[in-house]
Amino acid sequence: MDDKMTTQEKITRYAVLIVFAIFFLIPMYVLISTSLKSFSEVSINTMWQLPSSISIEGFKEAFAKLAPNVLNSFYLVIPATLFSAILGSLNGYVLSHWKFKGSDTLFALILFGMFIPYQSILFPLVQFMQTIGLYGSIPGLILVHVVYGLPITTLMFRNYYQDVPDALTEAAKVDGANIFSIYRHIFFPISIPSFVVVFIWQFTNIWNEFLFAVTLTDTQSQPITVALTNLAGSQVVEWNVQMSGAIITALPTLLVYIIFGRYFIKGMLAGSVKG
Amino acid sequence: MKRKHQESLTSIAILSPSIITLAIFVYGFISRSVQISMLDWDTFANFMRKAKDYVGLENYISLFTESRFQTDLWNTLYFTLFFIIGCLAIGILLSLILNNKPRGGYFFQNLYLFPMAISFVVTGTVWRWIFAPGRLPNNPRGINLLFEQLGLQNLQWGWFTSTNSFLGFNVALIAVIIAAIWQYSGYTMAMWLAGLRGIDQQLIEAARIDGASKWQIFTKILFPIQKPITLSAIIVLAHVSLKAFALIYAMTGSGPNNVTDIPAVYMFEATFRSNRYSTGSAIAIVLLMMVGLLIIPYLVNSFKEE
Repeated sequence: MDDKMTTQEKITRYAVLIVFAIFFLIPMYVLISTSLKSFSEVSINTMWQLPSSISIEGFKEAFAKLAPNVLNSFYLVIPATLFSAILGSLNGYVLSHWKFKGSDTLFALILFGMFIPYQSILFPLVQFMQTIGLYGSIPGLILVHVVYGLPITTLMFRNYYQDVPDALTEAAKVDGANIFSIYRHIFFPISIPSFVVVFIWQFTNIWNEFLFAVTLTDTQSQPITVALTNLAGSQVVEWNVQMSGAIITALPTLLVYIIFGRYFIKGMLAGSVKG
Repeated sequence: MKRKHQESLTSIAILSPSIITLAIFVYGFISRSVQISMLDWDTFANFMRKAKDYVGLENYISLFTESRFQTDLWNTLYFTLFFIIGCLAIGILLSLILNNKPRGGYFFQNLYLFPMAISFVVTGTVWRWIFAPGRLPNNPRGINLLFEQLGLQNLQWGWFTSTNSFLGFNVALIAVIIAAIWQYSGYTMAMWLAGLRGIDQQLIEAARIDGASKWQIFTKILFPIQKPITLSAIIVLAHVSLKAFALIYAMTGSGPNNVTDIPAVYMFEATFRSNRYSTGSAIAIVLLMMVGLLIIPYLVNSFKEE
């Protein structure tokens, strides 16, 4: 199609693409250049300039402060992603191939959970977690992310399994297979691509999540997102440390995006209603 | 028949952990929030007594007459509006260019999408650095400093600290809206691009041969075909904007005179910072109803189509 365009049109198009590329890259420039400055260089007048010499002072300090929170985030994200994906897969399997009276209504009732603003359950949730003794702990936060992740993982797997013909299940039934063996031998093996999409989606969302993290944890169990906002609370704003902290916070999900971009986009198109 | 019955029982058994937890965590907790919003739990003492003194809709009435909450509603309205318009305009423009597969298009596409992988908290931290105005006129910083260095002093202003407003629109929100658009316009682009790739090229070719201009092809063919996708994107973006808590929290907070306050921030402060549990719950339920107004017609519609 390119050949039908005049040179002028081509130039205009690239100009637009480049202007927006700059818009998208400015925050990246700010993050990287500020994070590599020494504290003495973070003065106001040179804030837009590249560092005169590269200093990892900021990263060192940010890492010293945030390392426990990075670990907390991993302890949180890995089990929460796994459990919500496995449960979602089972739910999606049952709701697409073992329908029963009222199963469609049940599916709608499950889906509702992904549309609610979490403020509407937040205070009772905090009280509940206190009552069952999981408030302020990572296992508590895992539980919360698994439960509120169920609607979206169930939806993603159900949509995926819906394309598997019923005849396959019926044939397996005739051969004497039951609901569990059909899942194990047919559905689970074919859903690896779907698992990848769901893993990436849940990993990114739970890593980036802030509202539950800030209301349900204490200083010991804070994930990285909460710790990053707390860095801003100190008296003197050490921007090099804050930007280093922001990079540390963003890096795992950015790496996931760079490595698994295609799956990330699939998940985003399928599940972004959760926001 | 018996076998069918047994199958149903097994199905329900597999679903039961999800059913039970969601029944409590979604439906139970929403009911509880509704209940608290109708009690008089706006002091710590009343909360500790667990007094069941219902006040009906009183908390809602005082909320809607309160100036902070009114500001919040205006902010939500304008934030949502400009955020959606910005994301759609930029996203559609970029998708139209990228759909022609220009050289290097794949690189640009990935570049525009990367903010989607980042937390609102990170976005807020960086854009706060950019838009923090400094002390004008003598000690500008961030983007104001850049303007000064480029000789564009007349573009300097207070950004998210400004308390000016037009027709209820607090101009301080502009800074937050730009940050939110930065994060989400790539999403609209991806949605549109996915749709455009599915359109039959012959249709467009035929229109071109009939002498249709590019603008006509866009307004008369592409836009109508992409209407369902555009609608989904609007719903998603509106949903995001109602929940932009983390972005505001990390970037500006409520701001002077609540110029960048939204109901989600107010809810958080009322509930977890000042022990006004009933007010907090009432805000939460108002938020839920706003989302409901938006989502339910959309869901009913898409289920019908299915």
